[in-house]
Amino acid sequence: MALLDRTARGLFLWELVKGMALTFSYMFKPRVTLNYPYERGPTSPRFRGEHALRRYPNGEERCIACKLCEAICPALAITIEAEPREDGSRRTTRYDIDMTKCIYCGLCQEACPVDAIVEGPNLEFATETREELYYNKDKLLANGDRWEAQIAANLAADAPYR
Amino acid sequence: MSDILAQLGTFWADLPLIVRIVVGILTIVVPLLIGMAMLTYFERKVMAAMQLRQGPNMVGPFGLLQPFADGLKLLSKETVVPTQANAGVFFAAPMLTFLLALVAWAVIPFGEGLVLADINVGVLYLFAISSLGVYGIIMAGWASNSKYAFLGGLRAAAQMVSYEVSIGLVIVTVLLCVGSLNLSKIVEAQKTVWFFIPLFPMFIIFFISALAETNRAPFDLPEGESELSGGFNVEYSSMTFALFFLGEYINMILMSAMTVILFLGGWLPPLDIAPLNWIPGPLWFIAKITFVLFCFIWVRATLPRYRYDQLMRLGWKVFLPFSLIWVVLTSGVLVYFDLLPK
Repeated sequence: MALLDRTARGLFLWELVKGMALTFSYMFKPRVTLNYPYERGPTSPRFRGEHALRRYPNGEERCIACKLCEAICPALAITIEAEPREDGSRRTTRYDIDMTKCIYCGLCQEACPVDAIVEGPNLEFATETREELYYNKDKLLANGDRWEAQIAANLAADAPYR
Repeated sequence: MSDILAQLGTFWADLPLIVRIVVGILTIVVPLLIGMAMLTYFERKVMAAMQLRQGPNMVGPFGLLQPFADGLKLLSKETVVPTQANAGVFFAAPMLTFLLALVAWAVIPFGEGLVLADINVGVLYLFAISSLGVYGIIMAGWASNSKYAFLGGLRAAAQMVSYEVSIGLVIVTVLLCVGSLNLSKIVEAQKTVWFFIPLFPMFIIFFISALAETNRAPFDLPEGESELSGGFNVEYSSMTFALFFLGEYINMILMSAMTVILFLGGWLPPLDIAPLNWIPGPLWFIAKITFVLFCFIWVRATLPRYRYDQLMRLGWKVFLPFSLIWVVLTSGVLVYFDLLPK
Protein backbone atom coordinates (compact mmCIF):
# COMPACT_ATOMS: atom_id res chain seq x y z
CA MET A 1 0.00 0.00 0.00
CA ALA A 2 2.87 2.34 0.85
CA LEU A 3 4.45 1.53 -2.49
CA LEU A 4 1.20 2.30 -4.29
CA ASP A 5 0.91 5.54 -2.36
CA ARG A 6 4.45 6.55 -3.27
CA THR A 7 3.99 5.63 -6.93
CA ALA A 8 0.75 7.54 -7.19
CA ARG A 9 2.31 10.61 -5.62
CA GLY A 10 5.22 10.35 -8.04
CA LEU A 11 3.05 9.82 -11.08
CA PHE A 12 0.75 12.74 -10.35
CA LEU A 13 3.70 15.01 -9.46
CA TRP A 14 2.19 15.63 -6.04
CA GLU A 15 5.29 17.17 -4.46
CA LEU A 16 5.68 19.44 -7.46
CA VAL A 17 2.09 20.63 -7.28
CA LYS A 18 2.46 21.32 -3.55
CA GLY A 19 5.63 23.34 -4.12
CA MET A 20 4.04 25.35 -6.89
CA ALA A 21 1.00 26.07 -4.70
CA LEU A 22 3.32 27.33 -1.97
CA THR A 23 5.12 29.82 -4.22
CA PHE A 24 1.79 30.94 -5.64
CA SER A 25 0.43 31.64 -2.16
CA TYR A 26 3.55 33.68 -1.40
CA MET A 27 2.74 35.98 -4.31
CA PHE A 28 -0.03 37.59 -2.29
CA LYS A 29 1.86 38.05 0.95
CA PRO A 30 3.06 41.53 1.93
CA ARG A 31 6.59 42.45 0.88
CA VAL A 32 9.32 42.16 3.49
CA THR A 33 11.82 44.44 1.76
CA LEU A 34 11.99 48.21 2.27
CA ASN A 35 11.96 50.68 -0.60
CA TYR A 36 15.23 52.00 0.80
CA PRO A 37 15.74 55.66 0.01
CA TYR A 38 12.03 56.26 0.71
CA GLU A 39 11.49 53.76 3.53
CA ARG A 40 14.03 53.05 6.24
CA GLY A 41 14.36 50.59 9.04
CA PRO A 42 14.67 51.94 12.61
CA THR A 43 18.14 52.84 13.98
CA SER A 44 19.20 52.55 17.62
CA PRO A 45 20.04 55.69 19.65
CA ARG A 46 23.45 54.07 20.06
CA PHE A 47 23.97 53.92 16.30
CA ARG A 48 27.56 54.85 15.46
CA GLY A 49 27.56 56.78 12.20
CA GLU A 50 29.30 59.87 10.89
CA HIS A 51 31.26 61.90 13.46
CA ALA A 52 30.24 65.37 14.63
CA LEU A 53 31.71 67.99 16.95
CA ARG A 54 29.01 69.53 19.12
CA ARG A 55 28.58 73.03 20.51
CA TYR A 56 26.97 74.38 23.70
CA PRO A 57 23.61 76.11 23.22
CA ASN A 58 25.38 79.49 23.39
CA GLY A 59 27.45 78.57 20.32
CA GLU A 60 30.70 77.84 22.17
CA GLU A 61 32.36 74.64 20.99
CA ARG A 62 32.44 71.88 23.56
CA CYS A 63 35.84 70.45 22.76
CA ILE A 64 38.51 71.40 25.33
CA ALA A 65 41.43 69.77 23.49
CA CYS A 66 42.11 67.18 26.17
CA LYS A 67 43.19 64.76 23.41
CA LEU A 68 41.63 61.75 25.18
CA CYS A 69 39.95 60.77 21.93
CA GLU A 70 43.20 61.01 20.04
CA ALA A 71 44.88 58.86 22.70
CA ILE A 72 42.23 56.14 22.75
CA CYS A 73 41.61 55.93 19.03
CA PRO A 74 42.74 52.37 18.11
CA ALA A 75 43.01 53.23 14.43
CA LEU A 76 44.97 56.46 14.98
CA ALA A 77 42.45 58.27 12.86
CA ILE A 78 42.29 61.44 14.96
CA THR A 79 44.86 64.25 14.84
CA ILE A 80 44.59 67.18 17.25
CA GLU A 81 46.68 70.32 17.72
CA ALA A 82 45.82 72.79 20.46
CA GLU A 83 46.80 76.27 21.76
CA PRO A 84 45.38 78.58 24.44
CA ARG A 85 42.92 80.98 22.83
CA GLU A 86 43.07 84.81 23.31
CA ASP A 87 40.60 84.62 26.20
CA GLY A 88 42.85 82.03 27.90
CA SER A 89 40.67 78.98 27.33
CA ARG A 90 42.24 75.89 25.82
CA ARG A 91 40.87 75.05 22.34
CA THR A 92 41.88 73.02 19.33
CA THR A 93 43.45 74.67 16.31
CA ARG A 94 43.23 71.48 14.34
CA TYR A 95 40.87 68.54 14.73
CA ASP A 96 41.10 66.04 11.84
CA ILE A 97 39.49 62.64 11.50
CA ASP A 98 40.60 60.39 8.69
CA MET A 99 37.27 58.64 7.96
CA THR A 100 39.06 56.05 5.82
CA LYS A 101 41.02 54.91 8.89
CA CYS A 102 38.14 55.12 11.36
CA ILE A 103 36.70 51.76 12.40
CA TYR A 104 33.56 53.28 14.00
CA CYS A 105 34.26 51.67 17.38
CA GLY A 106 32.82 54.61 19.28
CA LEU A 107 35.70 54.79 21.78
CA CYS A 108 36.23 58.51 21.02
CA GLN A 109 32.73 59.40 22.16
CA GLU A 110 33.11 57.17 25.24
CA ALA A 111 36.39 58.91 26.13
CA CYS A 112 35.11 62.45 25.68
CA PRO A 113 34.48 64.12 29.09
CA VAL A 114 32.31 66.90 27.60
CA ASP A 115 30.31 64.97 24.96
CA ALA A 116 31.98 67.03 22.24
CA ILE A 117 32.93 64.34 19.71
CA VAL A 118 30.00 62.01 19.01
CA GLU A 119 29.05 59.57 16.30
CA GLY A 120 25.79 60.80 14.85
CA PRO A 121 22.90 58.95 13.20
CA ASN A 122 24.03 59.74 9.64
CA LEU A 123 25.21 56.77 7.57
CA GLU A 124 25.00 58.27 4.08
CA PHE A 125 28.27 60.13 3.65
CA ALA A 126 29.81 58.25 0.75
CA THR A 127 32.00 60.44 -1.45
CA GLU A 128 33.46 60.25 -4.92
CA THR A 129 37.05 61.00 -3.89
CA ARG A 130 39.23 59.84 -1.03
CA GLU A 131 40.19 63.42 -0.09
CA GLU A 132 36.60 64.25 0.82
CA LEU A 133 36.79 61.68 3.62
CA TYR A 134 39.66 63.50 5.41
CA TYR A 135 37.40 65.51 7.73
CA ASN A 136 38.74 68.69 9.32
CA LYS A 137 37.40 70.73 12.20
CA ASP A 138 35.12 72.89 10.05
CA LYS A 139 33.47 69.84 8.53
CA LEU A 140 33.01 68.18 11.94
CA LEU A 141 31.52 71.33 13.48
CA ALA A 142 29.21 71.71 10.46
CA ASN A 143 28.09 68.12 11.01
CA GLY A 144 27.42 68.95 14.64
CA ASP A 145 25.25 71.91 13.68
CA ARG A 146 23.39 69.86 11.10
CA TRP A 147 22.61 66.83 13.28
CA GLU A 148 22.42 68.49 16.73
CA ALA A 149 18.68 67.87 17.23
CA GLN A 150 18.89 64.14 16.54
CA ILE A 151 22.19 63.73 18.40
CA ALA A 152 20.75 65.41 21.52
CA ALA A 153 17.62 63.23 21.33
CA ASN A 154 19.71 60.08 20.95
CA LEU A 155 21.96 60.99 23.87
CA ALA A 156 18.91 61.69 26.05
CA ALA A 157 17.34 58.37 25.04
CA ASP A 158 20.50 56.45 25.89
CA ALA A 159 21.32 58.34 29.12
CA PRO A 160 19.32 56.06 31.52
CA TYR A 161 21.49 53.10 30.52
CA ARG A 162 24.86 54.75 31.16
CA MET B 1 -17.29 53.98 -43.00
CA SER B 2 -17.41 50.98 -45.33
CA ASP B 3 -16.42 53.39 -48.13
CA ILE B 4 -13.20 54.28 -46.33
CA LEU B 5 -12.52 50.62 -45.55
CA ALA B 6 -13.05 49.67 -49.21
CA GLN B 7 -10.68 52.46 -50.29
CA LEU B 8 -8.12 51.28 -47.76
CA GLY B 9 -8.56 47.73 -49.09
CA THR B 10 -7.87 48.74 -52.68
CA PHE B 11 -4.95 50.93 -51.55
CA TRP B 12 -3.50 47.93 -49.70
CA ALA B 13 -4.02 45.62 -52.71
CA ASP B 14 -2.35 48.15 -55.03
CA LEU B 15 0.83 48.28 -52.97
CA PRO B 16 3.78 46.30 -54.33
CA LEU B 17 4.13 42.82 -52.84
CA ILE B 18 7.45 43.60 -51.16
CA VAL B 19 5.89 46.55 -49.27
CA ARG B 20 2.99 44.39 -48.12
CA ILE B 21 5.36 41.69 -46.88
CA VAL B 22 7.60 44.17 -45.06
CA VAL B 23 4.61 45.83 -43.39
CA GLY B 24 3.30 42.38 -42.41
CA ILE B 25 6.64 41.41 -40.91
CA LEU B 26 6.93 44.69 -39.01
CA THR B 27 3.44 44.32 -37.52
CA ILE B 28 4.61 41.02 -36.04
CA VAL B 29 8.20 41.85 -35.11
CA VAL B 30 7.71 45.24 -33.46
CA PRO B 31 4.98 44.15 -31.01
CA LEU B 32 7.01 41.00 -30.43
CA LEU B 33 10.09 42.96 -29.38
CA ILE B 34 8.00 45.19 -27.13
CA GLY B 35 6.33 42.08 -25.73
CA MET B 36 9.73 40.57 -25.06
CA ALA B 37 10.81 43.71 -23.19
CA MET B 38 7.61 43.55 -21.15
CA LEU B 39 8.23 39.87 -20.49
CA THR B 40 11.56 40.60 -18.80
CA TYR B 41 9.77 43.19 -16.65
CA PHE B 42 6.90 40.76 -15.95
CA GLU B 43 9.37 38.03 -15.00
CA ARG B 44 11.24 40.26 -12.57
CA LYS B 45 8.02 41.51 -10.99
CA VAL B 46 6.44 38.07 -10.60
CA MET B 47 9.64 36.55 -9.23
CA ALA B 48 9.96 39.48 -6.83
CA ALA B 49 6.38 39.00 -5.64
CA MET B 50 6.95 35.30 -5.04
CA GLN B 51 10.15 36.05 -3.13
CA LEU B 52 8.48 38.84 -1.10
CA ARG B 53 10.54 41.56 -2.79
CA GLN B 54 9.59 44.72 -4.68
CA GLY B 55 11.10 44.19 -8.11
CA PRO B 56 12.02 47.09 -10.40
CA ASN B 57 10.00 50.15 -9.41
CA MET B 58 12.16 53.21 -10.09
CA VAL B 59 12.34 53.71 -13.87
CA GLY B 60 9.02 55.06 -15.09
CA PRO B 61 5.63 54.31 -13.50
CA PHE B 62 5.92 51.04 -11.49
CA GLY B 63 9.33 50.54 -13.14
CA LEU B 64 7.68 49.83 -16.49
CA LEU B 65 10.52 51.45 -18.43
CA GLN B 66 13.18 49.31 -16.73
CA PRO B 67 13.64 46.90 -19.70
CA PHE B 68 14.19 49.83 -22.07
CA ALA B 69 16.74 51.34 -19.70
CA ASP B 70 18.49 47.96 -19.57
CA GLY B 71 18.45 47.76 -23.36
CA LEU B 72 19.99 51.22 -23.69
CA LYS B 73 22.64 50.26 -21.16
CA LEU B 74 23.57 47.18 -23.19
CA LEU B 75 23.75 49.27 -26.37
CA SER B 76 26.20 51.68 -24.78
CA LYS B 77 28.57 48.92 -23.62
CA GLU B 78 31.71 47.77 -25.33
CA THR B 79 31.65 44.56 -27.39
CA VAL B 80 34.50 42.45 -26.07
CA VAL B 81 35.95 39.75 -28.31
CA PRO B 82 38.24 37.30 -26.49
CA THR B 83 41.70 37.02 -28.13
CA GLN B 84 41.37 33.27 -28.57
CA ALA B 85 37.85 33.46 -29.97
CA ASN B 86 36.93 32.64 -33.53
CA ALA B 87 35.53 36.09 -34.32
CA GLY B 88 33.38 35.12 -37.32
CA VAL B 89 31.50 32.33 -35.55
CA PHE B 90 31.52 34.34 -32.33
CA PHE B 91 29.47 37.07 -33.97
CA ALA B 92 27.38 34.75 -36.13
CA ALA B 93 26.07 32.79 -33.10
CA PRO B 94 23.95 35.50 -31.44
CA MET B 95 22.69 36.69 -34.82
CA LEU B 96 21.62 33.15 -35.68
CA THR B 97 19.86 32.69 -32.33
CA PHE B 98 17.97 35.94 -32.70
CA LEU B 99 17.13 35.33 -36.35
CA LEU B 100 15.78 31.84 -35.76
CA ALA B 101 13.68 33.05 -32.83
CA LEU B 102 12.06 35.66 -35.08
CA VAL B 103 11.72 33.58 -38.25
CA ALA B 104 9.52 30.99 -36.54
CA TRP B 105 6.79 33.60 -36.01
CA ALA B 106 5.97 33.61 -39.74
CA VAL B 107 3.61 30.63 -39.37
CA ILE B 108 2.00 31.46 -36.01
CA PRO B 109 -1.71 32.23 -36.50
CA PHE B 110 -2.80 35.12 -34.27
CA GLY B 111 -6.44 34.81 -35.22
CA GLU B 112 -8.68 33.44 -37.93
CA GLY B 113 -6.67 34.09 -41.12
CA LEU B 114 -4.24 36.37 -39.28
CA VAL B 115 -1.03 34.61 -40.27
CA LEU B 116 1.92 35.78 -42.35
CA ALA B 117 2.54 32.47 -44.12
CA ASP B 118 -0.35 30.01 -43.96
CA ILE B 119 1.68 26.98 -45.04
CA ASN B 120 0.41 23.41 -44.78
CA VAL B 121 3.48 22.12 -42.93
CA GLY B 122 3.40 24.79 -40.23
CA VAL B 123 4.11 22.40 -37.37
CA LEU B 124 7.05 20.82 -39.18
CA TYR B 125 8.43 24.29 -39.93
CA LEU B 126 8.15 25.33 -36.28
CA PHE B 127 9.75 22.09 -35.13
CA ALA B 128 12.60 22.48 -37.62
CA ILE B 129 13.28 26.10 -36.65
CA SER B 130 13.21 25.41 -32.93
CA SER B 131 15.59 22.47 -33.47
CA LEU B 132 17.97 24.74 -35.37
CA GLY B 133 18.04 27.02 -32.33
CA VAL B 134 20.61 24.75 -30.71
CA TYR B 135 23.20 25.68 -33.35
CA GLY B 136 23.40 29.26 -32.15
CA ILE B 137 24.24 28.04 -28.66
CA ILE B 138 26.75 25.39 -29.76
CA MET B 139 28.48 27.93 -32.02
CA ALA B 140 28.63 30.43 -29.15
CA GLY B 141 30.06 27.84 -26.79
CA TRP B 142 32.67 26.67 -29.25
CA ALA B 143 33.70 30.03 -30.71
CA SER B 144 34.22 31.66 -27.31
CA ASN B 145 37.14 29.30 -26.69
CA SER B 146 36.45 29.32 -22.97
CA LYS B 147 35.89 26.23 -20.86
CA TYR B 148 32.72 27.49 -19.22
CA ALA B 149 31.18 28.49 -22.51
CA PHE B 150 32.23 25.19 -24.06
CA LEU B 151 30.67 23.14 -21.26
CA GLY B 152 27.52 25.24 -21.52
CA GLY B 153 27.36 24.67 -25.26
CA LEU B 154 27.79 20.92 -24.88
CA ARG B 155 25.09 20.73 -22.25
CA ALA B 156 22.74 22.80 -24.38
CA ALA B 157 23.28 20.50 -27.35
CA ALA B 158 22.61 17.31 -25.39
CA GLN B 159 19.65 18.78 -23.53
CA MET B 160 17.85 20.36 -26.45
CA VAL B 161 18.28 17.32 -28.67
CA SER B 162 17.01 14.97 -25.93
CA TYR B 163 13.88 16.93 -25.25
CA GLU B 164 13.09 17.50 -28.91
CA VAL B 165 12.46 13.76 -29.18
CA SER B 166 9.61 13.86 -26.69
CA ILE B 167 8.33 17.16 -28.13
CA GLY B 168 8.21 15.44 -31.51
CA LEU B 169 6.16 12.55 -30.11
CA VAL B 170 3.79 14.96 -28.38
CA ILE B 171 3.28 16.79 -31.65
CA VAL B 172 2.58 13.47 -33.35
CA THR B 173 -0.24 12.73 -30.90
CA VAL B 174 -1.79 16.13 -31.58
CA LEU B 175 -1.44 15.60 -35.32
CA LEU B 176 -3.19 12.23 -35.01
CA CYS B 177 -6.16 13.99 -33.48
CA VAL B 178 -6.21 16.80 -36.07
CA GLY B 179 -5.19 15.20 -39.32
CA SER B 180 -3.37 18.28 -40.58
CA LEU B 181 0.01 19.99 -40.16
CA ASN B 182 -1.50 23.41 -40.72
CA LEU B 183 -1.48 25.42 -37.47
CA SER B 184 -4.79 27.17 -38.26
CA LYS B 185 -6.41 23.77 -38.85
CA ILE B 186 -5.00 22.54 -35.54
CA VAL B 187 -6.65 25.43 -33.75
CA GLU B 188 -9.95 24.96 -35.56
CA ALA B 189 -9.96 21.26 -34.64
CA GLN B 190 -10.20 22.35 -30.98
CA LYS B 191 -13.57 24.09 -31.43
CA THR B 192 -15.36 21.34 -29.47
CA VAL B 193 -12.75 20.67 -26.79
CA TRP B 194 -9.25 22.03 -26.24
CA PHE B 195 -6.68 19.27 -26.58
CA PHE B 196 -5.24 19.74 -23.11
CA ILE B 197 -8.28 17.93 -21.68
CA PRO B 198 -8.14 14.65 -23.66
CA LEU B 199 -4.33 14.76 -23.95
CA PHE B 200 -3.57 16.08 -20.47
CA PRO B 201 -0.38 14.04 -19.78
CA MET B 202 0.95 15.07 -23.21
CA PHE B 203 0.23 18.69 -22.34
CA ILE B 204 2.32 18.41 -19.17
CA ILE B 205 5.15 16.66 -21.04
CA PHE B 206 5.06 19.31 -23.75
CA PHE B 207 5.20 22.12 -21.21
CA ILE B 208 8.13 20.58 -19.34
CA SER B 209 9.96 19.84 -22.58
CA ALA B 210 9.32 23.43 -23.65
CA LEU B 211 11.09 24.55 -20.48
CA ALA B 212 14.07 22.37 -21.41
CA GLU B 213 13.96 23.48 -25.03
CA THR B 214 14.19 27.16 -24.09
CA ASN B 215 16.87 26.51 -21.43
CA ARG B 216 14.64 27.83 -18.68
CA ALA B 217 14.80 26.89 -15.00
CA PRO B 218 14.79 24.12 -13.77
CA PHE B 219 16.62 23.07 -16.94
CA ASP B 220 18.92 26.09 -17.25
CA LEU B 221 22.07 23.97 -17.18
CA PRO B 222 23.59 25.56 -20.32
CA GLU B 223 23.63 28.88 -18.44
CA GLY B 224 24.02 27.57 -14.90
CA GLU B 225 25.11 30.81 -13.21
CA SER B 226 26.28 29.03 -10.07
CA GLU B 227 28.40 26.36 -11.77
CA LEU B 228 29.30 27.68 -15.25
CA SER B 229 29.13 31.41 -14.40
CA GLY B 230 26.84 32.09 -17.35
CA GLY B 231 27.59 29.11 -19.58
CA PHE B 232 27.54 29.67 -23.31
CA ASN B 233 27.12 33.44 -23.04
CA VAL B 234 29.87 34.01 -20.50
CA GLU B 235 32.15 35.76 -23.02
CA TYR B 236 29.42 37.87 -24.58
CA SER B 237 28.80 41.52 -23.83
CA SER B 238 26.89 44.47 -25.19
CA MET B 239 24.72 43.84 -28.28
CA THR B 240 25.98 40.29 -28.83
CA PHE B 241 24.69 39.43 -25.36
CA ALA B 242 21.51 41.41 -25.95
CA LEU B 243 20.80 39.33 -29.07
CA PHE B 244 21.13 36.11 -27.05
CA PHE B 245 18.89 37.56 -24.40
CA LEU B 246 16.30 38.66 -26.96
CA GLY B 247 16.53 35.28 -28.67
CA GLU B 248 15.98 33.40 -25.42
CA TYR B 249 12.94 35.41 -24.42
CA ILE B 250 11.39 35.41 -27.89
CA ASN B 251 11.88 31.65 -27.91
CA MET B 252 10.04 31.55 -24.60
CA ILE B 253 7.12 33.43 -26.15
CA LEU B 254 7.31 31.15 -29.18
CA MET B 255 7.13 27.96 -27.11
CA SER B 256 4.21 29.44 -25.18
CA ALA B 257 2.50 30.25 -28.46
CA MET B 258 3.10 26.64 -29.59
CA THR B 259 1.64 25.32 -26.33
CA VAL B 260 -1.39 27.55 -26.81
CA ILE B 261 -1.89 26.49 -30.43
CA LEU B 262 -1.42 22.78 -29.81
CA PHE B 263 -3.27 22.43 -26.51
CA LEU B 264 -5.07 25.57 -25.37
CA GLY B 265 -7.20 26.28 -28.42
CA GLY B 266 -5.19 29.11 -30.00
CA TRP B 267 -7.37 32.16 -30.54
CA LEU B 268 -10.63 30.40 -29.55
CA PRO B 269 -12.53 31.62 -26.47
CA PRO B 270 -12.98 29.03 -23.69
CA LEU B 271 -16.72 28.79 -24.42
CA ASP B 272 -18.39 29.99 -27.60
CA ILE B 273 -21.01 32.06 -25.73
CA ALA B 274 -22.02 35.73 -25.76
CA PRO B 275 -19.65 37.78 -23.59
CA LEU B 276 -16.64 35.57 -24.29
CA ASN B 277 -16.80 35.51 -28.09
CA TRP B 278 -17.11 39.31 -28.30
CA ILE B 279 -13.44 39.53 -27.37
CA PRO B 280 -11.41 39.32 -30.59
CA GLY B 281 -9.34 36.17 -31.19
CA PRO B 282 -5.87 37.75 -31.09
CA LEU B 283 -6.62 39.05 -27.58
CA TRP B 284 -7.54 35.54 -26.41
CA PHE B 285 -4.35 34.30 -28.03
CA ILE B 286 -2.21 36.90 -26.22
CA ALA B 287 -4.00 36.27 -22.92
CA LYS B 288 -3.31 32.54 -23.16
CA ILE B 289 0.32 33.13 -24.10
CA THR B 290 0.65 35.40 -21.07
CA PHE B 291 -0.80 32.67 -18.87
CA VAL B 292 1.69 30.08 -20.17
CA LEU B 293 4.54 32.57 -19.73
CA PHE B 294 3.40 33.13 -16.18
CA CYS B 295 3.69 29.37 -15.65
CA PHE B 296 7.26 29.50 -17.06
CA ILE B 297 8.17 32.16 -14.50
CA TRP B 298 6.22 30.43 -11.73
CA VAL B 299 8.24 27.26 -12.32
CA ARG B 300 11.46 29.27 -12.27
CA ALA B 301 10.54 30.83 -8.93
CA THR B 302 9.70 27.43 -7.44
CA LEU B 303 12.18 24.79 -8.55
CA PRO B 304 15.95 24.43 -8.14
CA ARG B 305 18.13 23.44 -11.10
CA TYR B 306 18.23 19.79 -12.18
CA ARG B 307 21.48 17.87 -12.02
CA TYR B 308 22.81 16.86 -15.42
CA ASP B 309 22.24 13.11 -14.99
CA GLN B 310 18.73 13.76 -13.64
CA LEU B 311 17.99 15.84 -16.70
CA MET B 312 19.09 13.06 -19.05
CA ARG B 313 17.22 10.44 -17.02
CA LEU B 314 14.00 12.46 -17.18
CA GLY B 315 14.35 13.03 -20.91
CA TRP B 316 15.29 9.53 -22.05
CA LYS B 317 13.93 7.19 -19.38
CA VAL B 318 10.69 8.91 -18.40
CA PHE B 319 9.42 11.23 -21.11
CA LEU B 320 10.47 9.20 -24.14
CA PRO B 321 8.84 5.87 -23.13
CA PHE B 322 5.82 7.62 -21.65
CA SER B 323 5.13 9.69 -24.75
CA LEU B 324 5.77 6.69 -27.01
CA ILE B 325 3.21 4.64 -25.10
CA TRP B 326 0.78 7.53 -25.24
CA VAL B 327 1.20 7.84 -29.02
CA VAL B 328 0.38 4.16 -29.42
CA LEU B 329 -2.53 4.46 -26.98
CA THR B 330 -3.99 7.53 -28.69
CA SER B 331 -3.74 6.04 -32.16
CA GLY B 332 -5.21 2.78 -30.85
CA VAL B 333 -8.19 4.56 -29.34
CA LEU B 334 -8.67 6.67 -32.46
CA VAL B 335 -8.62 3.61 -34.73
CA TYR B 336 -10.75 1.42 -32.47
CA PHE B 337 -13.54 3.96 -32.06
CA ASP B 338 -13.19 5.08 -35.68
CA LEU B 339 -12.46 8.67 -34.57
CA LEU B 340 -9.59 9.30 -36.96
CA PRO B 341 -10.03 12.65 -38.75
CA LYS B 342 -11.01 12.10 -42.37
